[in-house]
Amino acid sequence: MITNAILILLLPLFAFVVQIFIGKRLPRQGDWLPTGAIICSFLLALPIFFDALSNYEAGHVVVQQSWEWLRFGNLEITFGIYVDNLTSIMLIVVTLISSLVHIYSIGYMQGDERYSRYFAYLCLFSFAMLGLVLVDNFFGIYCFWELVGLGSYLLIGFWFEKKSASDASKKAFITNRVGDVGMFAGIMIIFSTLGVFGFTDVFTKIADGGLSGTMLTVTGILIFFGAIGKSAQFPLHVWLPDAMEGPTPVSALIHAATMVAAGVYMVGRTFVIYTEDALLFIAIIGTITAFMAATIAIVQKDIKRVLAYSTISQLGYMMVGLGTGGYTAGLFHLTTHAFFKALLFLGSGSVIHAVHSQDMDDMGGLRKKMPITFWTFLIGTLALSGVPPFSGFWSKDAILASALEFGMNHSAYMWIFVAMLLSAGITAFYMFRLIFMTFTGQAKDQKKFDHAHESPFTMTLPLVVLAVLSVGTIWWGWIEHLLAKPELATYATVAVGAVEHSAEHGNAHLAHTIALFSSIAVAGSGILLAAVVYHWKKISAEAWGSKLKPVYNLLWNKYYFDEMYEATVIRATLWKSRIFAAFDVKIIDGFVNGIATVTSKFASLQGAIDRVGVDGMVNGVARVVGVFSNRLRTIQTGKIQTYILMALFAVLILFVLQQF
Amino acid sequence: MSNVLSWITFLPIIGALLIMFVPKSNKSLVKIIAALFTGLQLVLAIWIYMNFDQSTSQIQFREQYHWIPSFNIEYFMGIDGLSVPMVLLTAFLSFICIFASWKIDKSVKGYFAMFLLLDTGMMGVFCSLDFFLFYIFWEVMLLPMYFLIGIWGSPSRVEANGAVRGGPYAAIKFFLYTLFGSIFMLIAMLVLYFNVQDPVTGGHTFNMLHLMDQANHSGVLLNFDLRLWLYAALFLGFAIKVPVFPFHTWLPDAHVEAPTAVSVILAGVLLKMGTYGLLRISFPILPDAMRWHYFAYGLAILGLINILYGAFCAMAQKDLKKLVAYSSISHMGIVLLGMSGLTAMGMNGAVMQMFNHGTGTAMLFLLVGVIYDRAHHRQIDGFGGLAVRMPIYAAVVAIAFFAGLGLPGFSSFISEAFSFLGAFGSEMFDLRLITIISTFGIIITAAYFLWTFQRMFLGELNPKYAELPEINGRELFTLIPVAVLVVLLGVYPAPLLNLMQSSLNELVEVVKTAGPSSSTLLGLF
Repeated sequence: MITNAILILLLPLFAFVVQIFIGKRLPRQGDWLPTGAIICSFLLALPIFFDALSNYEAGHVVVQQSWEWLRFGNLEITFGIYVDNLTSIMLIVVTLISSLVHIYSIGYMQGDERYSRYFAYLCLFSFAMLGLVLVDNFFGIYCFWELVGLGSYLLIGFWFEKKSASDASKKAFITNRVGDVGMFAGIMIIFSTLGVFGFTDVFTKIADGGLSGTMLTVTGILIFFGAIGKSAQFPLHVWLPDAMEGPTPVSALIHAATMVAAGVYMVGRTFVIYTEDALLFIAIIGTITAFMAATIAIVQKDIKRVLAYSTISQLGYMMVGLGTGGYTAGLFHLTTHAFFKALLFLGSGSVIHAVHSQDMDDMGGLRKKMPITFWTFLIGTLALSGVPPFSGFWSKDAILASALEFGMNHSAYMWIFVAMLLSAGITAFYMFRLIFMTFTGQAKDQKKFDHAHESPFTMTLPLVVLAVLSVGTIWWGWIEHLLAKPELATYATVAVGAVEHSAEHGNAHLAHTIALFSSIAVAGSGILLAAVVYHWKKISAEAWGSKLKPVYNLLWNKYYFDEMYEATVIRATLWKSRIFAAFDVKIIDGFVNGIATVTSKFASLQGAIDRVGVDGMVNGVARVVGVFSNRLRTIQTGKIQTYILMALFAVLILFVLQQF
Repeated sequence: MSNVLSWITFLPIIGALLIMFVPKSNKSLVKIIAALFTGLQLVLAIWIYMNFDQSTSQIQFREQYHWIPSFNIEYFMGIDGLSVPMVLLTAFLSFICIFASWKIDKSVKGYFAMFLLLDTGMMGVFCSLDFFLFYIFWEVMLLPMYFLIGIWGSPSRVEANGAVRGGPYAAIKFFLYTLFGSIFMLIAMLVLYFNVQDPVTGGHTFNMLHLMDQANHSGVLLNFDLRLWLYAALFLGFAIKVPVFPFHTWLPDAHVEAPTAVSVILAGVLLKMGTYGLLRISFPILPDAMRWHYFAYGLAILGLINILYGAFCAMAQKDLKKLVAYSSISHMGIVLLGMSGLTAMGMNGAVMQMFNHGTGTAMLFLLVGVIYDRAHHRQIDGFGGLAVRMPIYAAVVAIAFFAGLGLPGFSSFISEAFSFLGAFGSEMFDLRLITIISTFGIIITAAYFLWTFQRMFLGELNPKYAELPEINGRELFTLIPVAVLVVLLGVYPAPLLNLMQSSLNELVEVVKTAGPSSSTLLGLF
């Protein structure tokens, strides 16, 4: 098993290294190499998964092994692999979707001038994502966390000639960094207090009371900051819609199924460190995200942007699931969402491939032209809308139940459930709006419609596979069991609130029943409303749009988050950088140069004093001597008579003087 | 191999002397001699690496002779885990830089002779254990550097505001600034000399090992206030070299005006002398002064200022080389922060950061040189879309930038992370807030590197550069070894870490505990 785990990780890395250096020179530009590698990883992940499945017990650890990486004196820092039920499911999710996306890309990216490099990047990302899932410690997860960010950066900006693409990739990386700083601070607290990085070591030490109370809450929230960035939660969600600039298969793999879910995975992986307050924080952030993104999705016209906001919204759902204590529900939704959202993105990619536009105003009536795409897309939509028996229904229902139960136990937070329920209705509405605008009705752009065609086999095959996986019954039963909530009782000192009181168990059953019926009801009404507006056109969307102009504008402009950040954070940073740079040149360097100027002025003053004063005195003496000697020279006539005369005068004077 | 340190230090001078006898017209022979001697130096450095005993904190490869017996001045060379990485770095970068200088056309003999002299000076600083000898090497370095920047740097020019800038200005600024700092170092050195007894002879001594032994301290050195002043004087000397805010303004000028290879040496090796001096001299000789709260926190806060201030300044730069220069200020701040907490992790992180910044920034300056040689300017906004035209160059720049912004998998990530972790976990001082604020620097760093990358390489290709030639073999030859090192040490830093940690862990213990108790500190401030 350990060999499998290592190979799963190293195969894509190997493929990346080969592909980036010589991919272009390989036959077919080497697309088979990364694809083959990731499929091998998938095959190697199967035994691990079946091991978990056959053991069929909560908390089962398939493989755990670590190696010394560094040693500081007595402190050993290890890197290792940790595979439990959660990991084994994640491994399947990542390798399977990645394989399908690789296969799909062979068709989708055909003819791109950087075809070979695309596969290299895709493979690099898969490596990083698998590392993130497999690694057994906080330091390691942070490393891979950043590396998936690199993969995302490279692929969002893949068509870097477009300014919008390079802007989007930069934005994604920097926004994620903001969250990562929080995560790193959390890791610093953990390490400085507990002295270890390993998940199990940290959990044990926390259970022993090594870190508790407010500090633990703070740590949990800081760690969660990383998830806010990576999983595009409010208020750092702004990068994800822009990330749609990347090729659509990339959006499916990275920005729908795997990387953005990494935040949810991490919260699940480190679930036991979150105190009640930290979990509440997670739930509230999740609720805001889910509701806000769902409302924005209603008005978007770009097919990928609708899906992007829907992804943000669903990630919010997962966070609510985890935050309200529904560990299983949150991670279950992660899994189901990964498949149906990948399906939806790949389906939208198929549509974009056919009509060469992402604007839903250019589409319509595509059902007849692209039957496979349509039917698979419909399955994905039903799953996302939460219609039974599709997979999304089960997982979303579990989250709603968890939120409701939480609301029943803490009545002050009943609004979380209400917002979630409302968002579920909105989700069904905007997804069917998308279906009606894209696949049914009349073609809005005849030329594009005529050009449209069903996609090639490499693209439709993944759609079919994913559609099969979006049918709920295959998920039923076992996954809840494998993803059972970690036994928090062992962490009694920590998770005071997370320990379920037996008295509250009665609520659980009731909550499930209510959630079940209400979620079906809201999904139904959402679909119905969408049909009324966009299919039967009984209500005019335009009329309502203009009637509610301010609301429409608010949603169309995504609550003005980008503008707000532009006006505050970004402008302030640039302003600060210019001020600092000017300060550096004008004040600090000015001071240094000032000293130099003053010194050289002083030197020239000294020079002047030296020239005029000191040297002047020396020259003055010389000049005086010179003048005198000039004068005296006149009496040196050389005539003996004059000298005798002078001598006589001198004698005369002496003689006269002697008389006194 | 006895006297290996003397060989490694003076080999370049022998090369310089040989170069003097080469006819002026035979330019390639000059270069070959330079390459040969730095190459030999690198081989010796590798030999030292292989034969260095990593398990001990003792001084190794010791050479100790009387030099000026009447003043008890010794020729004392020796290295430990703190100096070995610097010796390796110096030898490695000097060798690389000879090839980066291959295109130098103006008085080739002079250039390479000066370069080799500089090499000797740098190596001597890292190998000498006699303070007087250290000081000599410290000053020897100045002279060739002055000429290298002044003569082979960019020519003098008059700026719009009437200020005269360019190579000669930068050279004189660098020279005077460093000299200004060394005066304080000289004073401190003399005070130490007259107040430390050689335990054997009882006379005065410059021997650093004797200086470090607190039992040898006497006279005014027993006065805590004076020790603080002494520490401050030494700090000033070293801080200018690092450079620590606000003594850093010589750096952007010197780096920008110097020729590529000299910028590499400046940023890659010379800056490290400042922090090396702190760790080699200030910390162990005056540990109680270092531990004094105002100084310890001051050091951390200066680190914080360097990190953030350098990053913000870098972001505002329009000239690529200036951006890299300011990024050095920012990255050296991490070294200061890492060492200030007095933890094993932080100290190792800091010295690793010294090494990793040396390699990382070397790549950056080499890459700036590549584009400058082709486009004859360095204005970031003047490019655009170069990734289309020069994909290999763009890829290498991307590696250097991502290494610079501390992406995991590249060496500087490890050292930055450990510096932060070490400072945060300090038991002696509560640096948690300072560290957390410092980590915001990594956002700014990511922002300016990515923004620069976008403006230069992404987007539509600027038609002006549609014919720009791709990076050539010689340039790749200088860059690839550095890049390999950056990646290798990023994935597996143990070879570097194990080299240094015995000595550094010992250093931390010494600085934490040695010296008179500083509990009764009142007075001066």
